[in-house]
Amino acid sequence: MPQVDLKNVKPYGDTLDDGRVQLSFSLPIRYGPEAKEAARQLVIQMGMENVDVVSTHDLGGHFTYFVVYAKCTHSVDVTSLRVPTVQVEQMDFFKINDLIRDKLGRRIVVVAACTGSDAHTVGIDAIINMKGYAGEYGLERYPWFRALNLGAQVPNETLVAKAIEADADAILVSQVVTQKNVHISNMTRLVDLLEAEGVRDDVVLVAGGPRITHELALELGYDAGFGPGTLPSHVAAYIAQEMIRKEHRTSPDLGEER
Amino acid sequence: MKLDLDVKRIDRCRECANDIADQIMEQVRSVTTTTCERTVLRLLGVDGVDRAGVPLPNVVVDMAHRAGLLANGIATYVARVVASTGLSPQQAAEKIACRQLDLASFGPVPGDCDRSAVSGAVTASLDRIRENVARRREYLSKLGPGTEPLLYVIVATGNIYEDVEQAQSAAKAGADIIAVIRSTAQSLLDYVPYGATTEGYGGTFATQENFRIMRRGLDSVSAETGRYIRLVNYCSGLCMPEIAAMGALERLDMMLNDSMYGILFRDINMKRTFADQYFSRMINAYAGIIINTGEDNYLTTADAYEEAHTVLASQFINEALAHRSGLPDSQIGLGHAFEMNPEMKDGFLYEVAQAQMARDIFPNAPLKYMPPTKYMTGDIFRGYLLNGMFNLAGVMTGQSIQLLGMLTEAIHTPHVHDRYMAIKNAKYVFSNARHLGEDIIFKPDGIIQQRAAQVLDDTARMLDYVRDRGLMKAMGEGIFAGIARTADGGRGLDGVVARSDNYWNPFEEAMSEQLGLAASDNPSRRRASCRK
Repeated sequence: MPQVDLKNVKPYGDTLDDGRVQLSFSLPIRYGPEAKEAARQLVIQMGMENVDVVSTHDLGGHFTYFVVYAKCTHSVDVTSLRVPTVQVEQMDFFKINDLIRDKLGRRIVVVAACTGSDAHTVGIDAIINMKGYAGEYGLERYPWFRALNLGAQVPNETLVAKAIEADADAILVSQVVTQKNVHISNMTRLVDLLEAEGVRDDVVLVAGGPRITHELALELGYDAGFGPGTLPSHVAAYIAQEMIRKEHRTSPDLGEER
Repeated sequence: MKLDLDVKRIDRCRECANDIADQIMEQVRSVTTTTCERTVLRLLGVDGVDRAGVPLPNVVVDMAHRAGLLANGIATYVARVVASTGLSPQQAAEKIACRQLDLASFGPVPGDCDRSAVSGAVTASLDRIRENVARRREYLSKLGPGTEPLLYVIVATGNIYEDVEQAQSAAKAGADIIAVIRSTAQSLLDYVPYGATTEGYGGTFATQENFRIMRRGLDSVSAETGRYIRLVNYCSGLCMPEIAAMGALERLDMMLNDSMYGILFRDINMKRTFADQYFSRMINAYAGIIINTGEDNYLTTADAYEEAHTVLASQFINEALAHRSGLPDSQIGLGHAFEMNPEMKDGFLYEVAQAQMARDIFPNAPLKYMPPTKYMTGDIFRGYLLNGMFNLAGVMTGQSIQLLGMLTEAIHTPHVHDRYMAIKNAKYVFSNARHLGEDIIFKPDGIIQQRAAQVLDDTARMLDYVRDRGLMKAMGEGIFAGIARTADGGRGLDGVVARSDNYWNPFEEAMSEQLGLAASDNPSRRRASCRK
């Protein structure tokens, strides 16, 4: 295969730099030749060439749906990218528990909730519940974690009160179903509340959900963000390692990390 | 029966479920709730909001509750006001809200006949609901009932007018049933929002005006497509019977109504939920509305393979409780879901076993089959395939209502073409495998038959245990979805009131009678009616 130019990376279909991409979308106009042409024009304006509207569907009423193949004329300089990622050494269930026992010597208290109007606990349940997800145990099963799952539609105020009451080391917030970016204001509100209570720096604050990235989480004032595909051990390892980092910051005489 | 299940074991499960339901009914018969009383007001014609935007049924019932009047039923007092003043229930409610009238100051009318003062309002409401039943029947006989599995899709834009557009588009593409997803937090509101919604989050509020707007939109597309397009909404939450009443008045065709969902997944108090589901399902029954139960929810938290018996146990309990509200089998849409881990070897066989088992055990129920959600990852192409497998399981096991999976599940509320793709997927699979179920038999003692037998065994054991413990105690141990709830925990307990000997609910009374419920199932009718 010819050498990829990392300063000018283009989409790959079946030949290097062919720029082929697939798109699908609807337009709120009636099905017909004009609709198809409208889709083609629109895709050209997106910076595409060789536009093929390969499939056009009448959605009834005045909607038309398109599947389009086209050649993207843009490229990206991969060498210049800096993507914040959660700094964590991957560990399994046993290693994480051993680490907490050896380096921290006490159980880590985690309070978790699906906050605001969100009623979808599937994400937080996968991380916290005993049963876990994809063959991994959830945090409830970790002997060196004490995990409290507050469930769905928890007001930020309740979450903060519960965290203070339980003397939590970490707070996990899940946002699954959101509309019109309501999750952003909801997540920001939690940070404001924690700051108002003067406990923001006492906790490791973690967000998770299908639309959460680490970058977004940092921007909103969280310590870490976990997106789709996250397993319980990823979150557990991060919290454990971050707790140890924090302890070291506050009590530097604890000794060297290994 | 295709799975050759042990009939005695099935009978045993039903016996247990009936005993469990009877235990619950003891509790149900002894109480009323704020939302049940608000429902009575709504059915008497009370609607609208006060100056602060609070629904009038809430204003009046809250006042009565504070004054300790609810034990006799709100109708008792409204009837006295109407008999003494000649006002309509609506006018009376408006005056009560402005504090120009005090409910408590009206004593019984001499001659003991205040109840007859509201009989006109009671009859008018019941007539309107029966007219809706007749109109639905007319539509179905003219346009036909549709071919099962019926295609069920959701709309959820947050704007009811936009919802109508999308619903009509879906109906034209082939959808039979439209559900308008509610704003996510509505189940926890202890009132029903008022008026048309144009900006909702995660869905569109269930309001009577929204019901009316969508019904009109679907009737018009029914005429256009020559198919009766059914409308669905959600009774679940703190206002089960009120939303049931709104659905009955506006000719909804199906309503989500589970006897335990609110308790488990919304942490609503169990005494409250059991009382509310009883009256709300009676209204559903009277209105010819098919209920959809929520067993699918168990499998989004618990594992579909390991917890299959909890789904079946819950179906038995939901069925027994639904019968006690007067619902016939043909209106009990028991739920289950295609949520097996796709990585599991032979997972499809287990899915088929469980879906076929529901069909064999509940032959007359319009079973509702829910699509994969738990293992939908945002990989839309894989998701589309999972939905195809789900559709295949649905058509080959004779499911009645197929809630179509969206390839963009776990990404966003469906886009207009997501729904179109889902309908195309289902239409293709349903047509291509239309008679597969009739043409195949399952190998005796093969993987599928053995799996079904094992789930039935586990279910029988579980129901035995629940009967011995009592459902409320057993729920405290987290037997469903691993979620534990206590009898006095959860939201809404402050709205539960013990009924007095003079408790009166004219709608419960009339509906029970017309639904042919035995006196023992009908707390209101045991007392002599005031009518001459």
